[in-house]
Amino acid sequence: MDIQIMKEYLPLYIDALWLTLKIGLLGIVLSLVVGVFTALFRFYKIPVLDKLSGAYIELFRNTPLLVQLFFLYFALPRIGIKMDAATCGVLGLTLLGGAYMAESIRSSLEAIDKIQTDSALALGMNRRQVMTKVVLPQAISISIPSIVANVIFLLKETSVFSAISLMDLMFTAKDLIGLYYKTVEALALLVIFYLIILLPVSFLGDYTERRLSYARSGN
Amino acid sequence: MQDPGISVLFKGSNFIRLLEGLSIALRISFLSVVISLLLGFFIGVLISGKNRFLKIVYGIYLNTVRIMPQMVLLFIVFFGSTRVLGINIDAEVSSIIVFAFWGSAEMADLVRGAIKSIPVHQFESAASLGMKKRTIYLKIILPQTLRRLVPSSINLVTRMIKTTSLVMMIGVVEVLKVGQQIIEANRTTSPNIAFWMYGTVFLLYFIACFPISRLSKSLEEKWKLA
Repeated sequence: MDIQIMKEYLPLYIDALWLTLKIGLLGIVLSLVVGVFTALFRFYKIPVLDKLSGAYIELFRNTPLLVQLFFLYFALPRIGIKMDAATCGVLGLTLLGGAYMAESIRSSLEAIDKIQTDSALALGMNRRQVMTKVVLPQAISISIPSIVANVIFLLKETSVFSAISLMDLMFTAKDLIGLYYKTVEALALLVIFYLIILLPVSFLGDYTERRLSYARSGN
Repeated sequence: MQDPGISVLFKGSNFIRLLEGLSIALRISFLSVVISLLLGFFIGVLISGKNRFLKIVYGIYLNTVRIMPQMVLLFIVFFGSTRVLGINIDAEVSSIIVFAFWGSAEMADLVRGAIKSIPVHQFESAASLGMKKRTIYLKIILPQTLRRLVPSSINLVTRMIKTTSLVMMIGVVEVLKVGQQIIEANRTTSPNIAFWMYGTVFLLYFIACFPISRLSKSLEEKWKLA
């Protein structure tokens, strides 16, 4: 392994890291928003929206991101919907992540015993207060481990962005391997940079899970 | 009016080729799944024992495959093996190695979780009834473990099928790649084929995964502990 070459490649990887992080984080934030709404539609069984959300969740949970991105980037322009690669990346990640987040959030909403809602209603709270003061705070803390797991999953999924020619880490590595044939150096940097992104999130995941299990056993 | 392009999908042997591509993807996932289930089960039983060393090694193994994107692992095996080991592993074999490596770790974790979830008093009661250790495992622990294991491992299968789509990135000609080839061949005559083709591939993956994930969900509901 040649350290000098790795130093030369470093700036390219740092650029790619920012791109991966930018698209990844934007996609994750948006997928949380989509996830919360979709979960609420399903939880309250709002007519039409409930069914649509269900179909959306199944469709995107049962197809790979790569295929979704190909559809967004190569197929949609044919019916007049043109987006640049970065927009497709964010949108693809949002749609995929939204479906996963929705399931996490919905299952934690359902984990809150119905008796809590009934008691809160009996105490004279209105529906909105019950949701915002009683159900949501508990549901959020229950859902955090699975949300962090989804975040890790989504960050890993960003590795397919190179397929729609976004210059992310994967793209940079592939490019360098193809151009200079310094395979080991390019791959080593690739691993290091993914560790930089994913290790902190993974530790955060372990930490929150432990905290939550303390909270549970405290009951 | 422009040719809508959908006809290209069924022109000549196009659709058959697409299905062949799908079968290659499914073959890779099937082989990886079988290896993962067997190897994962074995590893899972091993690490449920008392050996600290095995547990630490497994912990590193699991965290490695959890943290590294499967694409990175594919690249390492496919490009790295040639460079470092001097051997040429073809793309399909590389994919199976990577997916089996990843799947075994996940499967072992599921097995460990399932075994751990069986309360200790089950062992103790069986032992106090005079059962031998082997009988306890075969008649008491294993059946319960399997029941808890089935839904989650079926879920792992759909994850593996979806991940198989990545193999096109290292040059395996699977369904997405075949789709691309057909689009390229018909680019000038019917440019709109891209829409129908990628739409079809999308649906094919859905058709492959949806029934399996449904099965997993319904088994989970059915076998939920009272």
